[in-house]
Amino acid sequence: MAIVFKKPHALTDIPFHYCAGCTHGIVHRLVAEVLDELDIEGKTVGVAPVGCAVMNYDYFNCDIIEAPHGRAPAVATGLKRAMPDNVVFTYQGDGDLAAIGTAETVHSATRGENITVIFINNAIYGMTGGQMAPTSLPNQVTQTTPYGRDVNTAGYPVRVCELLSNIDGVAYLERVSVDCVKNVIAAKKAIKKAFQNQIDKKGFSLVEILSTCPTNWGMTPSESLQWVRDKMMPYYPLGVYKDGVKGDRLK
Amino acid sequence: MSEKILMKGNEALAEAAIQAGCKFFFGYPITPQTELAAYMSKKMPKIGGTYLQAESETAAINMVLGASAAGVRVMTSSSSPGISLKAEGISYIAACDLPAVIINVQRGGPGLGGIQPSQSDYWQATKATGHGDFQLLVYAPSTVQEMVDLVELAFDKADEYRIPSMILADGMLGQMMEPVEIKEGHTPKVFDKPWALNGHKNSRPHNIINSLSLDAVTLEKWNIARYEKYAKILENEQRSIEYMTEDAEYIVVAYGASSRVALSAVYEAREQGIKVGLLKPITLWPFPKKALQEKVPTTKKFLVVEMSMGQMIDDVKLSIECQRPVEFFGRTGGIIPSVPEVLNCIKKMGGVE
Amino acid sequence: MAKIIINQELCKGCQLCVESCPRKIIAISTDRINNRGYRPAVLIDETRCTGCSSCAIMCPDVAITVER
Repeated sequence: MAIVFKKPHALTDIPFHYCAGCTHGIVHRLVAEVLDELDIEGKTVGVAPVGCAVMNYDYFNCDIIEAPHGRAPAVATGLKRAMPDNVVFTYQGDGDLAAIGTAETVHSATRGENITVIFINNAIYGMTGGQMAPTSLPNQVTQTTPYGRDVNTAGYPVRVCELLSNIDGVAYLERVSVDCVKNVIAAKKAIKKAFQNQIDKKGFSLVEILSTCPTNWGMTPSESLQWVRDKMMPYYPLGVYKDGVKGDRLK
Repeated sequence: MSEKILMKGNEALAEAAIQAGCKFFFGYPITPQTELAAYMSKKMPKIGGTYLQAESETAAINMVLGASAAGVRVMTSSSSPGISLKAEGISYIAACDLPAVIINVQRGGPGLGGIQPSQSDYWQATKATGHGDFQLLVYAPSTVQEMVDLVELAFDKADEYRIPSMILADGMLGQMMEPVEIKEGHTPKVFDKPWALNGHKNSRPHNIINSLSLDAVTLEKWNIARYEKYAKILENEQRSIEYMTEDAEYIVVAYGASSRVALSAVYEAREQGIKVGLLKPITLWPFPKKALQEKVPTTKKFLVVEMSMGQMIDDVKLSIECQRPVEFFGRTGGIIPSVPEVLNCIKKMGGVE
Repeated sequence: MAKIIINQELCKGCQLCVESCPRKIIAISTDRINNRGYRPAVLIDETRCTGCSSCAIMCPDVAITVER
């Protein structure tokens, strides 16, 4: 019998530190599979965020740097400008990308920076123990919204794909999910396209991935996947929000 | 021999960086430094370099972090409030043992402050640019020519020691024009950077640049190793220039713009028979402690002149372990001390009415 | 013929494979705890495994290798 599924080369042998059932692990594997399939591990540099995924510098076999909280797109810009022929990607959570790093996200997009952004939206701050995130849903209970997120005081969740879809520097925006086999396969396709766009110099590509946090949501892993389907998907519709080339609307 | 040309400080800093092989500049507009960025935006595209105006100083310093990690010479410049915004990024660059050149053209502070020259970021530059145990190499030019020479030195030492270095200038130096000679077309020193993140090309294990360690033992080990590097710098990189100190009974200590005023006052005092000299620190970290200690036996008093409420004075006292009285004269808010003011202090110090 | 190999030390017993297996032939072991304190998943009926890899696709810890 032949092996038809195994750990991708672009993942190291270091076991993930993530909580049981946390879908960060699935997305790490998808990114690594794409690095293998496009055969770019040797020319890729990753940028790790601050958050649960901060230690992914131990998990990817490509060169990698850990960036200050929210600043990964700026670090990626510096890397990419220094080495335009290399592939540069950031891997960020919702606090990193849509709270402290909003300006870096918006402006790397406005510049049409030729980088690939992997954006994990799990509607909470995981590493620090379950605080409200910019993508926490209305009435969602977190450590810092113990009575449920009150939109009158804590505002409304931000939809990143929609927010960035009007920025001309953007080439590709898609929101996907890893809640079931079918969607994981679709998510991989999107991630691969986001990397291929970079190779083809099409501009800024971002894939938003609805993800889980069983520990801080207070649910089992499978209940968490159901919560993604029941609660997150209505607020964050899956789909393509831009698929073209930077500046294509201006022509 | 490239001949002397009249150049504005800010632009001389930019040109010197380019001549030192810097092809990447990430900046943000802020008075009184903006001409430096404007010069880069004109010149970099012509030499295949990158000029990028970031969305904030915070973003700019993180672009520097990325480019430096890729192994290229990279620079950013700002002024006082902008350096505060870069504090976390600078701490990361130091923690990752990465080279970079950061220029601060100081303005009056704190807060929005003013746009006239100042030296009130001395502590920020030498004591606590950001969180954690770390230092920057800090160079203090006092002329446009020194600005040019120190930029290349800053790049070389940053690469040699894998440490961020800062040029601590001020609005006066940045805005003034002086004849300057810039070595053109020389080949800058090149340093081997096996640690760089430029893609392992399946020929080496992957490189990781990271400052996080949840394991305290490891983090302490990193810090201790870094301080062994700092010890070498303290031993080998102290720089200062002295004027008429051989027979001096009194010594003025001043750097940057205030050292120019102090030097004029020293000349005048000499004409009035006062044996006074000037010791001008060129490196603010490592502070020129050795030079100062050598002066103690023959010096009655020291006078520190700064454009602040007094910050470098602490390092002077520490260097001589308070073996001699250290007096202070400072103007702040953007006001430059005048020669008569400094002369009066020298005369008072020397007991002359 | 097909089978899966579940790395008993990497598995965290999260059960996502148990749920995603179309033939329901994966279960959480009841007699073993791995060195990270989890009860790992095990294949309970190799004869009915088709090698579809659903389990491996859903595994967050890349603990499953599939042969066919």
